[in-house]
Amino acid sequence: MVKKLSVIDVDLCVGCQSCMFACNRRFAEAGVARSAIHVQSVGGVEHGFIVKVCRACQDPPCFKVCPSGAISKRKDGGVLLDYTKCIACGNCVKGCIVGAVQWDTTIDKPVICVHCGYCASYCPYGVIRLEEIEEVET
Amino acid sequence: MDAGMLSKILYIDLSRRRHWAKERPELFEESLGGAGVGIRLLGEECPTGADPLGPENPIIFTVGYFDGVFPLGSKAIAMFKSPLTGNLGESHGGGRFGVAQRMAGYGAIVIKGRSEGPVYLAITNGDVKIRDASTLWGMTGSSTVGRIIRENEGGAGLRSIMRIGKAGERLVSYACVITETYRHFGRLGLGAVFGSKRLKAIMISGRDSLTFKSPKLYRELYDELFKTLTKSPLMKKYHELGTPMNVLPLNATKTLPSKNLQLAQFGGAEVLSGEAILERYLGRRTACAHCPVSCIHIAALRVPYESEPYFYKTKMISYDYEPIYALGSMLDIRSVEGYLKLMDTVEELGLDAMSTGVVLSWATEAMERGLIGLAETAGLSLRWGDYKAYMEAAERIVSQRNEFYKALARGVEYASSKYGGRDFALAFGGNEMPGYHTGLASHLGHLVGARHSHLDNAGYSIDQKTNAEGRRPAPAEAARLIFEEEAWRQVLSSLVVCFFARGVYTPEMVSRCFAAFGKSLAPENLRRKGEEILKEKHAFKFREGFSFDRLRIPKRITEIPTPQGMLKEEELWEGVRAFERLIRG
Repeated sequence: MVKKLSVIDVDLCVGCQSCMFACNRRFAEAGVARSAIHVQSVGGVEHGFIVKVCRACQDPPCFKVCPSGAISKRKDGGVLLDYTKCIACGNCVKGCIVGAVQWDTTIDKPVICVHCGYCASYCPYGVIRLEEIEEVET
Repeated sequence: MDAGMLSKILYIDLSRRRHWAKERPELFEESLGGAGVGIRLLGEECPTGADPLGPENPIIFTVGYFDGVFPLGSKAIAMFKSPLTGNLGESHGGGRFGVAQRMAGYGAIVIKGRSEGPVYLAITNGDVKIRDASTLWGMTGSSTVGRIIRENEGGAGLRSIMRIGKAGERLVSYACVITETYRHFGRLGLGAVFGSKRLKAIMISGRDSLTFKSPKLYRELYDELFKTLTKSPLMKKYHELGTPMNVLPLNATKTLPSKNLQLAQFGGAEVLSGEAILERYLGRRTACAHCPVSCIHIAALRVPYESEPYFYKTKMISYDYEPIYALGSMLDIRSVEGYLKLMDTVEELGLDAMSTGVVLSWATEAMERGLIGLAETAGLSLRWGDYKAYMEAAERIVSQRNEFYKALARGVEYASSKYGGRDFALAFGGNEMPGYHTGLASHLGHLVGARHSHLDNAGYSIDQKTNAEGRRPAPAEAARLIFEEEAWRQVLSSLVVCFFARGVYTPEMVSRCFAAFGKSLAPENLRRKGEEILKEKHAFKFREGFSFDRLRIPKRITEIPTPQGMLKEEELWEGVRAFERLIRG
């Protein structure tokens, strides 16, 4: 069954960004430039945090606005990105209203969550989790 | 960028409004980064005898190989000449600054000169903007300054915003620099050096990804460290109660200074314990960037408006052991609300909480003893436990409305030289005392530490260990243990990992981590580098007129019993001499 990354309770987030560093480590690199997940404060750390993750939309806007066919739909939600077809126009970044499409500055291409769940295994507080997507009747 | 490559130094001259970058990889090869590179650059950039508040005093920020790379590699080092002690100024800050500076690609940032008008800096990968900050200058609260810059600049989540409060603008010798609202480059007056340069704030942001010679080893080491740091009992205390977990054990062992160390136990310890604050006030936990431990505890305080019956505000105020000691125990404030309100005032003004508490407790005792009166305090009665009076006094230290408050703004060493009360002026090497009356090693550590701070060498921890074993190390042995600990801490503060992870980042572990960069650094070589860095710091101190002979031992610490009995001045001097031999050896 297909899985997706979900935010379970954003109020548990302490803003340590271990998830962002984990996502970047998928490439065995340190830092945050290639991370598909983003954590920022809600206007100051005293008010808590926003965790931006791909919602694995059934009908993804990023797919609809991609002019080069680089983004394809993933079974049961979310998308897959073919870097070789991507022209780095940035439409997908603008198209995602939750801001879940990040930009990989090292290769100047978008970076979109593949729902592998690597980040969730580094969240010490259970903010995010990899969950199974329920089959949608169409 | 190669994770094993640190080289770029950003220079900013505020007088000429110019900035440039230099590649100096050899500097980082030799001195690691952080404190090691910081002291080298301070030696280069700070002219001998510089006025700490003159344009010639540089501000240097450094990061190290572990920042943004290994967990708890979250800190940055600031180096400058201290307006409080007149020699080495060094502060360590958490929050997001260390990671942001590394991700922006700078191993070090050197800020020189003095701006004509108030400015703030906006630094990103490859760009520096010097922005007008006239509107921010004189603003009541440091948190508002953060809020405005947050809205003006990009890079949310990848940036750090550090700023000074009015204390820094008004050049209070122990003004701090605040980063991410709750973390600080706290000690030794960096805030005043910012103020002297008319530098109100710095925003820095960056995105980078760093590669490894041994990528597989990197991931393995990271996982091992992450597991230890999140699961091990070594980190439990920081994780659960945070540093305020120290209040009750220190109080129980009669080592928690209260009322200017007239007592070593605090009547309000139960009330201000980590446990009690957690129970009723803990409102949120937060973490520095790249730290899963999350030791930052923030209390939510609901405050009614006196003039408007149906209006309330909720203030979010952080609490830690040292501020509870300095602004709670030392001033005998026995209510959480009182302590939090005073803490909030001190934060908004941008004062170092520890120095402020010790200065105010000295002033209270001086008033009790009649050394000063209402004429000096301009009508303000300073009485133990009266937090409202202390809030007002903190404001007056910053506004410096008369000679007395001007003196307080220069620290307790100076104030007591003017008004008397030297015996109970609790400063070591000019820096106000931390909260550990545990025995000889603690106070010896404050005397000989390069920054005269408890974090230099954790002498208190040596005491706590030997006290538990029911023995007392001889002064020379204490000096040796202090020297070894302080030397190793130079390595940690050059990487820069948080000292809270010191039990995990052993010399062997650090050496293994360097292997992921393709660098071979044996534990023994690392230890030797630590000693070299420590000696270089002392060389700077000596150059600027510091002398072990001229240290002053406040009589008060020898008048109140420790778990080791009464301390003797001769023994402390014996320890100082032994330490000096190790430094000069």
